[in-house]
Amino acid sequence: MAEAYASSVIGAPAARVWERVRDFNGLPDWHPAIAESRIEGGGPSDQVGCVRAFRLKDGSFLREQLLALSDFDFSVTYSILESPMGVENYVATLKLTPVTDGDRTFAEWSAEFDCPPEREDELVALIAGDVFQGGFDALERTLG
Amino acid sequence: MVRVVRSTVLDAPVDAVWRIVRDFNGHDRWHPIVERSVLEEGRRTDQIGAVRNFTIRSGERVREVLLSLSDRERHLRYAIVESELPLRDYVAEFRLRPVTDGDRTFWTWSSRFRTPPGEEEALARLVGEAVYEAGFDGVRGALGLRTAAGSGPSRAPPPSTGVPASRAGDDPAPDSAPPPSGTRTTAAASRPGSRSAAGAIEGEAMAIARHGGPEVLRPAATAAPRPGPGEVRIRQTAIGVNYIDVYCRTGYFDLVQPPGTLGMEAAGTVVDVGSGVRHLAPGRRVAYACPPPGAYATVRTMDAALVVPLPDGLDDETAAAVLLKGMSAEFLLHRVHRLEAGQTALVFAPAGGVGRLLCQWAAHLGARVIGATSSDEKARTARAAGAHDVVLPGEASLEDRIMELTRGHGADVIYDGVGRDSFAHSVAALAVRGHLVSYGQASGDIGPFDIGSLAAKSATVSRPNFAHFTDTPEKVGAITRRMFDALEQRILGVEIGARYPLHEAASAHRALEAGETTGSTILLPEGSAR
Repeated sequence: MAEAYASSVIGAPAARVWERVRDFNGLPDWHPAIAESRIEGGGPSDQVGCVRAFRLKDGSFLREQLLALSDFDFSVTYSILESPMGVENYVATLKLTPVTDGDRTFAEWSAEFDCPPEREDELVALIAGDVFQGGFDALERTLG
Repeated sequence: MVRVVRSTVLDAPVDAVWRIVRDFNGHDRWHPIVERSVLEEGRRTDQIGAVRNFTIRSGERVREVLLSLSDRERHLRYAIVESELPLRDYVAEFRLRPVTDGDRTFWTWSSRFRTPPGEEEALARLVGEAVYEAGFDGVRGALGLRTAAGSGPSRAPPPSTGVPASRAGDDPAPDSAPPPSGTRTTAAASRPGSRSAAGAIEGEAMAIARHGGPEVLRPAATAAPRPGPGEVRIRQTAIGVNYIDVYCRTGYFDLVQPPGTLGMEAAGTVVDVGSGVRHLAPGRRVAYACPPPGAYATVRTMDAALVVPLPDGLDDETAAAVLLKGMSAEFLLHRVHRLEAGQTALVFAPAGGVGRLLCQWAAHLGARVIGATSSDEKARTARAAGAHDVVLPGEASLEDRIMELTRGHGADVIYDGVGRDSFAHSVAALAVRGHLVSYGQASGDIGPFDIGSLAAKSATVSRPNFAHFTDTPEKVGAITRRMFDALEQRILGVEIGARYPLHEAASAHRALEAGETTGSTILLPEGSAR
């Protein structure tokens, strides 16, 4: 089991950051790698179990399922159903915590997955760096 | 149930922070309100079920049990098992998380507890601010970090090392005007008579009920309790007045939370000592210059570790007038920089309290002493104290004058307590491989500076903190021995410019703030002012 983890501090209140990231269908609005997204079956994006089908700017296509969403914990957990990355049993959680000192947000994003051992380093770097930290950087740019 | 949560981001790797805070019994080394902590029954500090037994600044004793500890989660949970504070069913935890973006640490400290009805809000604030936020800054200090980003003057810079003397933060030297320092202490800290116990000695203190002008200084009854382990009770005979007291009174420094008592130094006679105190005995004449504030009192019980016995040749009034400033001069000349004969020393504010002592001592050591001051009268004082030359504001810049006086060599060491207004000039006035000792910022914070600018001189910059030189009995003993010798040999001369009865402390403050004083000001508890 490989693990990827990234965390950052975003210069905006947690409630504001959460407003942005809680929409499971909203990735194109804030994540720079995502071109377009839709919820399969056209249901609401905060219905646990829903599936988002989205396309990256490089053309790759992914499907991910919402496993848990908590407005109380500012936390969202999802799994990958289909992707070109070559990962299996991929489950990720994005969680926000208020920093009371300065009304900022501690944001952490983690994933566990299986992959061929020789690809682990590359995938961890890609996921923690481009996907997670790239997302944090975008949130900081637009909200911080 | 009250829930309190505080969190912050520390600019240090998570493992470095965890090493400090996982030590369940180590909080007396970093938390500004924790006096002394011991583990009961010989348990280990990371043994689940261990009970730490400690006192906090305001005198209350607290026992807390370690409920869980996880090095993997960097999580620690504990509960109060016994306390004189009205916190019931108190369970607290802290958790550290790595911030991979910048290799920092996110720290959450939280608790749940019950209180007597109506006290929820006050106790929640006390716990959140005096315990958690002050603790964050305490660990920042232990790590040598700056305090919370974006914090205003009312927030708390680091209390340095966590031992008692360090808790006041930056140099309490009278003319060094450090930034707002110290930590939020509990409301009860240094409150006169906050601990009433059998055998207490009644006395009088000059306390403040709120921050403000000299008029907030009012007489208040105090009671010095029988000394506990490691403590001493002193009947005070002379109290030193320092500019830091004004900062504490106005609230510019966060060291005294009203109601509280001011004062950093005093001399007097030991009434009695608690267990474990070997270097002091009843009847011994003693003095101290250290936090916590509380010296403006006729009688006081305090930690004995930093209280020193006085030599026979040194009277109480002189001791109270010179201890804090003399200790500063000692470590500036002998420890921060080892001043040698033949070196050129530039001393800012040479007519001020520390400045005069620096001039006297540096000249005795064989250095060439140049004072930088602002008026002819102060220049005369500086010359009388041993300055060979004095530079006044004029057409040429300070650095040009120094270069002229030293034939282009510059100053080998510069003692600069002025800060913002002088810093760049000081760097320019240094000799090659010179040493700039920045020990205060009377004119304001220096702010960030370009370390590359030092390359032109291969220069060294030091920013000493009084606390780090005076936080153990060994350090205080070594410093005061050399200082007492210098006083005895008349290398240092102390001028007591004004004596006020203790209850006229407000007048002493007015004179100090108006710049009317020369030499040291002291307060006399018995009203024997002349």
